[in-house]
Amino acid sequence: MKSYDRLVFELSREGRKGYSLPKSSWKASLSSIPGTLLRKVPLPLPQVSEPDAVRHYTCLSGMNFGVDNGFYPLGSCTMKYNPKVNEEVASLPGFASVHPLQPEDTMQGTLQIYHELCRALSAITGMAAFTLNPFAGAHGELTGLMVMRQYHMSRNDMKRTRVIVPDSAHGTNPASAAVCGLQVVQVKSTADGTIDVDDLEPLLDDTVAGIMMTNPNTLGLFETEIRRIAELVHACGGLLYYDGANMNPLLGKVRPGDMGFDIMHLNLHKTFSTPHGGGGPGAGPVGVCEALAGYLPDPAVVQDDDGRFHIVRNPHSAGRISGFMGNFSVLVKALAYIRTLGRGNIRMAGPLAVLNANYVKESLKDCYRLPVDRICKHEFVFDGLADTSSGITALDVAKRLLDFGFHSPTIYFPLLFHQSVMIEPTETESKETLDAFIDVMRRIAAEAASDPDVLRQAPHDTPVRRPDETLAATHPVLRYKI
Amino acid sequence: MAKVEEGLYYSTTHEWVKVEGEEALVGISDYAQHALGNIVYVDMPDEDDEIARDEEFGAVESVKAASDLVAPVSGTVLQTNTVLDDTPGLLNSDPYGSWILRVRLSDKSELDALMDAAAYSRFCESL
Amino acid sequence: MSFPYFPHTDDDIRAMLDRIGAGSLDDLYSDVPDEFIFKGEFSLPEAMSEVEVRKTFSEIAGRNRQLVIFAGGGAYDHYTPAVIPYLVSRSEFQTAYTPYQSEVSQGTLRYIFEYQSMIAMLTGLDCSNASMYDGATAAAEAMLMSVACTRKKNRILLSSALLPQVIGTVMTYAKYHGIDTGLVAMDGGMTSAADLERQLASDDVAGVLVPSLNRYGIIEDLSGFAEAVHARKGLLVMYSDPSALAVLKTPGEWGADIACGDCQTLGMPLSSGGPYAGYLACRQEYVRKLPGRIVGQTSDMDGKRAYVLTLQAREQHIRREKATSNICSNQSLMALHATIYMSLMGRDGLREVNRLSYGGAHCLYERLLSTGLFEPVFDRPFLKEFVLKPSVPAGQLHGYLSDKGFFAALPTEEGLVSFCVTEKRTEEEIDALVSAIRQMPGQDGK
Repeated sequence: MKSYDRLVFELSREGRKGYSLPKSSWKASLSSIPGTLLRKVPLPLPQVSEPDAVRHYTCLSGMNFGVDNGFYPLGSCTMKYNPKVNEEVASLPGFASVHPLQPEDTMQGTLQIYHELCRALSAITGMAAFTLNPFAGAHGELTGLMVMRQYHMSRNDMKRTRVIVPDSAHGTNPASAAVCGLQVVQVKSTADGTIDVDDLEPLLDDTVAGIMMTNPNTLGLFETEIRRIAELVHACGGLLYYDGANMNPLLGKVRPGDMGFDIMHLNLHKTFSTPHGGGGPGAGPVGVCEALAGYLPDPAVVQDDDGRFHIVRNPHSAGRISGFMGNFSVLVKALAYIRTLGRGNIRMAGPLAVLNANYVKESLKDCYRLPVDRICKHEFVFDGLADTSSGITALDVAKRLLDFGFHSPTIYFPLLFHQSVMIEPTETESKETLDAFIDVMRRIAAEAASDPDVLRQAPHDTPVRRPDETLAATHPVLRYKI
Repeated sequence: MAKVEEGLYYSTTHEWVKVEGEEALVGISDYAQHALGNIVYVDMPDEDDEIARDEEFGAVESVKAASDLVAPVSGTVLQTNTVLDDTPGLLNSDPYGSWILRVRLSDKSELDALMDAAAYSRFCESL
Repeated sequence: MSFPYFPHTDDDIRAMLDRIGAGSLDDLYSDVPDEFIFKGEFSLPEAMSEVEVRKTFSEIAGRNRQLVIFAGGGAYDHYTPAVIPYLVSRSEFQTAYTPYQSEVSQGTLRYIFEYQSMIAMLTGLDCSNASMYDGATAAAEAMLMSVACTRKKNRILLSSALLPQVIGTVMTYAKYHGIDTGLVAMDGGMTSAADLERQLASDDVAGVLVPSLNRYGIIEDLSGFAEAVHARKGLLVMYSDPSALAVLKTPGEWGADIACGDCQTLGMPLSSGGPYAGYLACRQEYVRKLPGRIVGQTSDMDGKRAYVLTLQAREQHIRREKATSNICSNQSLMALHATIYMSLMGRDGLREVNRLSYGGAHCLYERLLSTGLFEPVFDRPFLKEFVLKPSVPAGQLHGYLSDKGFFAALPTEEGLVSFCVTEKRTEEEIDALVSAIRQMPGQDGK
């Protein structure tokens, strides 16, 4: 398996096929379409048999590492276990066969899922209303910022075009602001990584649309000055946006709505256990406070007094941000997760994630440099090895971990440190798994002193080893050439 | 220790300027190329574009970083170094021999605001 | 406490708290002001067992009605080979994150490379990214891209013949991004070349978005469009059904610079609207402005062929507010779905899908006209979708047919009704639909 090196195009032979379609006796034929409207260039798609295709993609899957393969402490990504019953109910034919434009009375089940998930997320976050249309976290950020702008524009407050973003924020925050036509103003972090309120205050005036915050922040630290920040931003007429990428430690414990946030997004593929799929599909629902509910994007779902569900458009909405109503089957999975947790178990999710993170941090902080030594939330950041004499980098540590059957942590983010190693264990990992990871991390720290070359040459036991990224970028080969 | 070449003007954003009469060549310093790592792409303006002092006119990209190019002087772009399209790594191997733009200077007095080699050396050491 | 997704025993918790030096789990939140600790009761039901979850969700799914699909409007009922859900649900694919660590992500990276290659083949363009959220957002990103590619121009034009949800989404993105917009009028059910010419005259147009198959199902004749747009130094962007590109003239052949659309037609289940995947492809010269993930081929330290995420300096995690887009997660697993679909179907399978859809749609078109209850609207070539003018109110017909078990006669804004036939529809189903229409009360079904 390790040596598998084929592309599906290389399995192709003229005359093979992998499909089975019904015969038909239709009279009309494509040849009646005018030739000027038809494709003339060849279409060199592969021609493979069904068993060849199955074996090829099964072999490719063997070159991948998922949460089901092993521990995946990728910081900021909340790689928790993805329950299997959720997959099963999401693929029920009753959901899968429904066309998104079917009449409302023929898709009451779909609309019920949408409505119930909105209500559940409101209960969990303390926000008044949700839209489930955004497809991913960054799409949620963009949608939330559109709502923010729409709110100011509807009050004829047109000069609010600046948004404040901490220097420690995820890259999507400033990028989403730019797509939304907002000017990004960076606010500095203090030595302990939280927002510098003294740096923030002078930035606040009547051109500020709002602030985007991640709490806990990307260092895994709770922004203890959140109440003061909320007061200051609200006093200048701005709104508070909550980046829900780091919601997991607060799940069942703290609600963003109670902290003064006006708008937020959630990553259902992080906090609510839906699988990441190698980079999607995820879902990025956006929640808002009561005053902003009317600005959420179209379409939305409401329930009438008779219990029937309806699709509605809001006259003041920020507009349409998607073809239909989001990644529906992802929404089903998240609701199934919430139903399985129930109102009792949900209280344990955040605290156990925080317990796991602090346990790993305390067990390794003598070997790795911990820039901010305090209680963390769901994740924490080391700045390389405690003993830097070997010159071993975060990249070397990350690659060596792969040899031991662990996925790497996030490295070189946040940008506040040179050798960031960001570790997020999540609540679904056992103490035995964490102990095994801790042992390997300590062994790697020891190897850095005793045999640094084994780290510089790592990984040794993976399908490929340190691909040449400079070559890939200077001479891009982005497609297979026949 | 980053190399600094005599006879050039330098900006605080690590671009260099080599004056040739009313024209000048613009590139990036050894310090800049070292900070970026392996350079994989140079985003350059079009010929005849106007560039303005202290404003961005392009970007230099490495695999995991990118840095804006900031104009050290104002002027009209006469020529871009198309050799860099295929071999951007020249900015790493020979930063002072690899210019990015040739410009016609619109205001030579702007050069007074730039550093000479000695001042730029001290500036890099202070970073 | 015991719950299947939490492995911690009471002893584990105690031992771990001891290592941390905390007395209780609550102590781990000592940095959170007490006023923000939620002390109320969550307004959620009690925990459900797996048996109850299955039962509850089956009941909810049962409140949906499974109709025979005879309409499209942007989502089409194509055949899904059984192999696809089987392979896509492999947990090595499904439970992986974005392939940042290439050494343990070669599976994901290889299928994305295959996907990019196949999208390039279908569209006739040079490069594709790793996928977008859906067709509508792909179109919005394509238009933002056209503005980024053409310096000093800040207006985009959209054909009125595009799907309404595509127009709506592009308009929303443009409004907040600060791009001026205009709609190109229609002429005889197709994008008007004359109106396009008129609107291009202002010389400020960065990009023009036109459909290949439009909202009425008509195959657009885009002769002269690329020349007109390029003469004004703008970019031509085409929105196409990728399945149909196996037979229809490609964006590359029409002279388009950017192509976008929805991969749903590549065998993805309707799924109440998602997940699908958008595609976005372009000519080589614009690849540095292409948003999102891109996979490239390279070699590893042992000289082996390897795949990595590349050209990353375009992206948000490096470029922040100067990135080409904010997109991070896309629809990777749906790109895998599309890739396996295209592998199984190949050139001949995709042609066959189009041949069957075309034959069925033209059969239904003739059968509906022969009822005498519809009038033709446009005399233009169509592929699998078409509109007619009904003799009864469109909404009434649509509702009546859904009561009879059909999703058909989808009303358009103009009071027309739209039908669609795919390779999954049989002659018997067409018979049943036509006979239901003939029996609709309140009309003189002959």
